[in-house]
Amino acid sequence: MLYTNYERQVEQHLRGAFDVAWNSPLAWLQAEAAARAAGRTARAIAMRDTDQDLRSLLVVRSASAIRALEDLRGKTIGVGAGDSPQATLIPLQHLAERGLEAGRDFRVQRFDVLVGKHGDHVGGERDAARALMAGEVDAACMIDGNHLVFTNEGTLPRGATRVLDATALYDHCNFTVLDGAPERAVARLQELLLGMRYEDPAVRPLLDLEGLKAWRPARTSGYALLERACARTGELASFVQRVTRARRS
Amino acid sequence: MNDARGGERAIDLEALDLDRGAALLLRAALLPLAPGEKLYVRGSAPALAHHLRAWARAEGHGFAELASRAGDERSAAPPAVAVLTRGTAPDARWAGAERAGGASPAQAVAEAPARWGLAARGAAVEAGSPEIRFALSRRDELWTDDAPELYRQAAAAQWDPERAIPWHAPRTHPDLVEEALVQVLTYLIENETAALLVPVRFCAQIHPQFREIQQLLAIQAADEARHIEVFSRRARAARTELGLSTSGGQASLKTLLDEPDFALASFLLSVLGEGSFVHLLGFLHVHAPDETTRVLMHLVAQDEVRHVAFGMSHLERHVRHDPTLLARLRLAVERRHEALRHTAGLNAEVFDALVILAAGELSPLAIERGYAAVSGLVEQMDAGRRARLRRLGFDERDAAALSGLHTRNFM
Repeated sequence: MLYTNYERQVEQHLRGAFDVAWNSPLAWLQAEAAARAAGRTARAIAMRDTDQDLRSLLVVRSASAIRALEDLRGKTIGVGAGDSPQATLIPLQHLAERGLEAGRDFRVQRFDVLVGKHGDHVGGERDAARALMAGEVDAACMIDGNHLVFTNEGTLPRGATRVLDATALYDHCNFTVLDGAPERAVARLQELLLGMRYEDPAVRPLLDLEGLKAWRPARTSGYALLERACARTGELASFVQRVTRARRS
Repeated sequence: MNDARGGERAIDLEALDLDRGAALLLRAALLPLAPGEKLYVRGSAPALAHHLRAWARAEGHGFAELASRAGDERSAAPPAVAVLTRGTAPDARWAGAERAGGASPAQAVAEAPARWGLAARGAAVEAGSPEIRFALSRRDELWTDDAPELYRQAAAAQWDPERAIPWHAPRTHPDLVEEALVQVLTYLIENETAALLVPVRFCAQIHPQFREIQQLLAIQAADEARHIEVFSRRARAARTELGLSTSGGQASLKTLLDEPDFALASFLLSVLGEGSFVHLLGFLHVHAPDETTRVLMHLVAQDEVRHVAFGMSHLERHVRHDPTLLARLRLAVERRHEALRHTAGLNAEVFDALVILAAGELSPLAIERGYAAVSGLVEQMDAGRRARLRRLGFDERDAAALSGLHTRNFM
């Protein structure tokens, strides 16, 4: 089942419309929080190898006078979609934990592309990168891999940018199940996912399509940074309230 | 670039980053390592560690950043910024790869599978590549061992119409001869159009394993395209309109286009049709009214001789491997004869035009000479067909009978 936005997917997951959700990291936290509020439990069963140990970068123009985080005071930072963990929530949390509060210490310019998709669309990050080169923002946030992509594709001319800072490592999407899901079927799905081998020509095109070499058993230790970001903004609490209200009505 | 000092495999990228091609060096350095072995990466590019992490993640290699390893004081090498652990993905992609036959023509396989698709003969094909079905995928139905040599000859014999033909040679012949020539050229153009379309259609059906055959058919089509061009140009040298195209002529050519079997189509087109055409072109070379036409007919005939040679060559081999082919060839001639029984065959205008070209004028004496020449041409064509049919394995009596059934339209 395909949903247009993660909020709807999480909501329908809780309502039992399906058993397994492929969730963004934010959707995972939303599902977990909403489940907890309803006295239920959520767990993650698998994730892509490429969803582990990501980093977001704060990038400035090479010639910029910004040499340290402190220099960002009074400046404008370009971020991705408002609900993008990697291009907005995590980098802003990273700065907040270093004493730089968005709106107070620097301006944030959001590049909202497909809000509800939690930054899955690279457009927001790319727009922020373009704005950086156009001089519209002083710094831009993006995943480490996208900095490489943008440089290789020419969005960021080679040598024209400098990495000012990097966030801690974090994890990305996972397959989420809630308590009450059919255990044998879930176990079988997990077994099939983990059994997919890159050597197998029948599944290799699918792995290539989804950008992974192997599925890994999920871990939830890589969401702490995002969780702190959500706690700071109250993002999760308001989501849980909305879902709970919707369920009562 | 690798060094194994101290048991550490290392690569120094110097100032090179992954946005400037460093991946190529990394792949080369990782390839000889066993999965699980480590590669230390040195380099001075400012964003190298970030890019390395992203690259390793995407490529399925392990990655660990090294906080601050001191540089090697003895060599001015920059410090190692990270250590990669070789993953299994690079080999996994090629684990089930299969060679699409051998690189040399002698290694073309007996039956080429659809799963090799468009891969070059001799290439290692990734398992799971899309299947592409080619109707002609069995060596015995199309191959000839001299295909590489025939292609080499064809490529070497290509000529530039602009330079090879004396387009400005004087024309001193009477109008009625020019008119006859234009009629013959009109007929030649539609015949060459059929001779272009038939190989093009089969070329698209041949498995790339037999690339030399594809190449031969492609260059054959290019030959015909050039023939159409030079015939058209000569026809318009002194006339604004071309000659007549008859229903019977087109009906005969349509049977060539309609033949779905490669062996039968090339038998009818190359062995019988183009074989007869070689004599016709020789005739036109001898009786050309001007130097332009004379040279042009000679060059076209040379190309057609090669087309006949290829048709003969692969059919001789085919018959050796499948003697029942002879019966099918015979049936094809008979079927075509039956289909054309009620058509007029060669149009009288073309026949008369050939007579006029050989006569040069309309006097009874000249026409008698011209008529005799065209009759001689028809006999030559018949003799040639019989000789080729015998070479393919028909006995004298069958060869004579089949040659007699060949279309009256020559092609």
